[in-house]
Amino acid sequence: MMKDLRLESRLDTLTNKIEARKVQVYYGTNHALKDVDVNILDKTVTAFIGPSGCGKSTFLRCLNRMNDTIPACRVEGLLTMDGEDIYDPRVDPVQLRAKVGMVFQKPNPFPKSIYDNVAYGPKIHGLTRNKAELDEIVEKSIRKAALWNEVKDRLHAPGTGLSGGQQQRLCIARAIATSPEVLLMDEPCSALDPIATAQVEELIDELRAQFSVVIVTHSMQQAARVSQRTAFFHLGNLVEYGETGQIFTNPSDPRTESYITGRIG
Amino acid sequence: MSVGLLCLILIALAATGYVMGRRRALSSAAGDIRILHSLPSFYGRITALMAGVPAFLLVAVWVVAQPIYIEHRAFALIDPADIPEGSSPQLVIADVHRLADGLDMLAAAGSDTAALVRDPVALKAALNGAGVALGNDPKPSTIVAAEATRAMATRARLVLTGLALVLAGVGMFVALRRIKPEYRARNATESFAMWLLVGSSLIAVLTTVGIVASLLSETVHFFELYPAWDFFFSTVWSPKFGGGSSLGIWPLVWGTLYVSAISLVVAVPIGLMSAIYLAEYASRRTRSWVKPAIEILAGIPTIVYGLFALITVGPLLRDWIAQPMGWGNSSSSVMTAGLVMGIMVIPFVSSLSDDIINAVPQSLRDGSLGLGATPSETVRQVVLPAALPGIVGAILLAASRAIGETMIVVMGAGAAAKLSLNPFEAMTTVTVKIVSQLTGDTEFNSPETLVAFALGLTLFTFTLCLNILALVIVRKYREQYE
Amino acid sequence: MSSLFTQDKKTTARNAAEKRFRAYGVVAITLALLALVWLLISIFGAGLPAFRQTFLTFPVTLDVAVLDKQGHALPAEMAKVTTIGYGKVLASSLAAEIAAQGIDTGGMTAKDLADMISEESAATLRNKVLGNPALLGQTISFTALANGRIDGFFKGRVTMESAKLDKNTSPEKLVLAGKLRDAGILSIRFNTGFLTMPDASDKRPEAAGLGVAIIGSLYMMFVVLVLALPIGVAASVYLEEFAPKNRWTDLIEVNIANLAAVPSIVYGILGLAIFINFAGLPQSAPIVGGLVLTLMTLPRIIIPTRAALKAVPPSIRDAALGIGASKLQTVTHHVLPLAMPGILTGTIIGLAQALGETAPLLLIGMVAFVRDFPGAPPSGLFDPASALPVQIYNWTQRSDPGFVERASGAIIVLLVFLIAMNTVAIILRRKYERRW
Repeated sequence: MMKDLRLESRLDTLTNKIEARKVQVYYGTNHALKDVDVNILDKTVTAFIGPSGCGKSTFLRCLNRMNDTIPACRVEGLLTMDGEDIYDPRVDPVQLRAKVGMVFQKPNPFPKSIYDNVAYGPKIHGLTRNKAELDEIVEKSIRKAALWNEVKDRLHAPGTGLSGGQQQRLCIARAIATSPEVLLMDEPCSALDPIATAQVEELIDELRAQFSVVIVTHSMQQAARVSQRTAFFHLGNLVEYGETGQIFTNPSDPRTESYITGRIG
Repeated sequence: MSVGLLCLILIALAATGYVMGRRRALSSAAGDIRILHSLPSFYGRITALMAGVPAFLLVAVWVVAQPIYIEHRAFALIDPADIPEGSSPQLVIADVHRLADGLDMLAAAGSDTAALVRDPVALKAALNGAGVALGNDPKPSTIVAAEATRAMATRARLVLTGLALVLAGVGMFVALRRIKPEYRARNATESFAMWLLVGSSLIAVLTTVGIVASLLSETVHFFELYPAWDFFFSTVWSPKFGGGSSLGIWPLVWGTLYVSAISLVVAVPIGLMSAIYLAEYASRRTRSWVKPAIEILAGIPTIVYGLFALITVGPLLRDWIAQPMGWGNSSSSVMTAGLVMGIMVIPFVSSLSDDIINAVPQSLRDGSLGLGATPSETVRQVVLPAALPGIVGAILLAASRAIGETMIVVMGAGAAAKLSLNPFEAMTTVTVKIVSQLTGDTEFNSPETLVAFALGLTLFTFTLCLNILALVIVRKYREQYE
Repeated sequence: MSSLFTQDKKTTARNAAEKRFRAYGVVAITLALLALVWLLISIFGAGLPAFRQTFLTFPVTLDVAVLDKQGHALPAEMAKVTTIGYGKVLASSLAAEIAAQGIDTGGMTAKDLADMISEESAATLRNKVLGNPALLGQTISFTALANGRIDGFFKGRVTMESAKLDKNTSPEKLVLAGKLRDAGILSIRFNTGFLTMPDASDKRPEAAGLGVAIIGSLYMMFVVLVLALPIGVAASVYLEEFAPKNRWTDLIEVNIANLAAVPSIVYGILGLAIFINFAGLPQSAPIVGGLVLTLMTLPRIIIPTRAALKAVPPSIRDAALGIGASKLQTVTHHVLPLAMPGILTGTIIGLAQALGETAPLLLIGMVAFVRDFPGAPPSGLFDPASALPVQIYNWTQRSDPGFVERASGAIIVLLVFLIAMNTVAIILRRKYERRW
């Protein structure tokens, strides 16, 4: 708790990285997300919590336009990153996703070597001029993902051969190799055991120094452990958004209170 | 008694058995079916099965075995001197059969066969009059053998009738004797039914055994008449009716591989790109009509493709490409057959590839798209490498299909066995030669005919390897993502 | 910091590559569909004329002096007059009709006139008179088939130029044919004979029909249905519901998958070796064709049937077993009925494949020229017959170009059968398909 208090004092000085104004999401005729207004701060971990089907993952996927891959999905309202509309027709989702990386619920390493997994992003975006630079990026990313010591001797072994926690850290390394500005994480620990979860959580805390991290989680303890700000979603509405300490100790909405005390969800 | 009538009687017996078994079970329980172990109909069924099935099996085995046995016995009666020079015992046996059939016909028409048998000349005349054409005058020993055949056939049919009826009766009797309220008729019926199920699934195995046995035995026969070395290593194929043929398989193998290769060059890019587009890009609505439309190509019989090659594609290629460029002037060519076969093979590649691409987990696509890859980069660098083994399996199956395809090459590729590189020349394939050697007028036991079995065995072995390789690869692939 | 609104060079290039890749896909699909359309247009274009036929209708005087020299009206005596005699009667009657209508023949001889009538028609007339001797001496209105070349002229297959080089016809005959059409003697009508008549010899494409082939194909489909459906279902039930999962059943499984992919011609060799050479069944008989196609179709029925059985959820089996039904009762009372739509769909598609199969039938002698209709089953199954796809192949091997039209027409008939069968399968699937 001591650590959190120290950090909270810094929050006011940080700028808004992503701003959402009256965002609506529809799946066909189903109105999945209603009037969401959020400011996501730079260099901060923001947690989205809420019961299953509340729209938190849907909102996360709006932030890098992954919802574009679902034909029936429609997004309305204003979403900006650094003041630029993400859904502007001039925006190329490919370029956007290079800036807004994503880590998924289930570790999904490509059926390639560990090296090729991490090098994939830099390669397709053409971030390096030669092999040496690529090697450097790969090593740096794996180091940042706290995986280097475990895999440095087998960079060319298949990524699918790693343990679940290692695979997820590999996916994080893969996501940060393109040097994104925002990192989205969709329940990154739900498929992991407690030890692997602790490693990933520690990593998230370190990543905050460079990126704005948005994490969707089922676990309130996890939200409390890793995030500085928390948003609570319920039935497609953003119920409450504020500093993590305040949400968990002194929620203003009765629904939030019911959820964190375990009465709904 | 004819076999058909016998079968009808056996069916009637089985039906009677059903009624009697059911009634006996009811009466043994004094009409109270709660005492019975099984429902009354099960007692009827087991009785019917015991009456009918063994007798039917006997009839089936007998019908197959009888001609073989009789032929064997009749052959012993033929005087070796009566086998004409240059003919074979098989031909004489065929004469015996024809004679026996002819005598049956004459007897049915009311002629005095006993008198005719003593006079070969009159016999031949009478037979010719009845529409049975005999090549030579029947030899005495042939006539004896024919008469013996007839006598044995009559006797055999009598014995069969007797045995089958006795077997049915005994079966019914035993079944009826067993019926008591505590008799487990349902279990008995079910184990009987289980044997039928096992038997049915064995037919698939027997088919393979039959294919291998028939191909192998005639191939061995062929290699007794023609050196295997020449077959496998000669590059000349020129069958001659008078003997002295060269039957080297290489020109045929070359034609087969050439046509198949062209068809794959056509089908693999089109099929694979169609599959990728349908799986990754197409909207649900487009997919719902394009996929079945492409699959229509797989449902069209190959004879239709053959005619298409013959009347449309062949002349088109000849008039617009081959003749103007001076590459040849035959409308049937490797290119014609390969192109048309390629069209046929498209759905084999696209359907299976589509399934396989769809089996690649969505999470991999999300992972790639989430990193900012474009859909095509995702397909080329993530989806395709992941699906590669399955796609290779699909292509192998398509290749096996192309290699074994017959009608398109019969009608589109030509009949000249050639080792040439020019795709606008007519060449021939293994399957074409199997058809032409087996539908020609050559004698069955000549190497020119028997070579078809050796060709068939080669084809079977080759496609078997391809199929099994493909099946194993596809299966492994499926397990990986299940 | 770069703006999201401007695309850098690299992204522009990548998006162009993306567009190209999509275009390849569209091109591939377009090519595949164009090939299908091209195939269908080519076959229908060549085949539709087979359903229309040129006929000559004119009064025929059945001259007693020519057809029944003894004058006793006894069929046995009349049978001595061959089709040549009837051909002469037809020709002279046609000549008389032409003269009566005042049409200028351009100096054609009686033989030239006779050449315009199909030789088949003389045989038809002969059978008609022998069947009803009372017609002798009467003048009846008779519809004769026109010669194949005359027929081809109206369908655009024969032109004045080609007729000059053709010894079977001449430009004069074609001119006269045009006049006959104007006079109403010659007409072009729907050709029911194409579906009902048997095959005809090499010189008479105009008379060739599919009657024997359709019956032969129906007989074979009957044999396949009666044998392959029960055996296939029994085998699938055993493998899916009862068989232990061990190496032996694994082998059977691989074996069935392989059998489904064995080239069809191999089944022809099997049929020739086993059913004809070994068991001594007759050549060209629908029973042999049916047996060969049964063996070929079995794996193609077993595979979808097993899939249909597998799709029935285990909870149904547990429910039945739980109230004390035996395993066999569970399968026959619950699993099979639920899987039935899938099984029938698979069977119909397997049958449709068997219907169009040609290569194995060539090897068991079904290419033979068969004019006589096979008898009624079951003994008719052993009579020689043809089959639709083999008849098509047969016609493509003949020299007269009139047969190409017949072969294409026969393909249309075959495709109509296939479309009907597949439609039934699709309807079954749509109507009864269940998602668990």
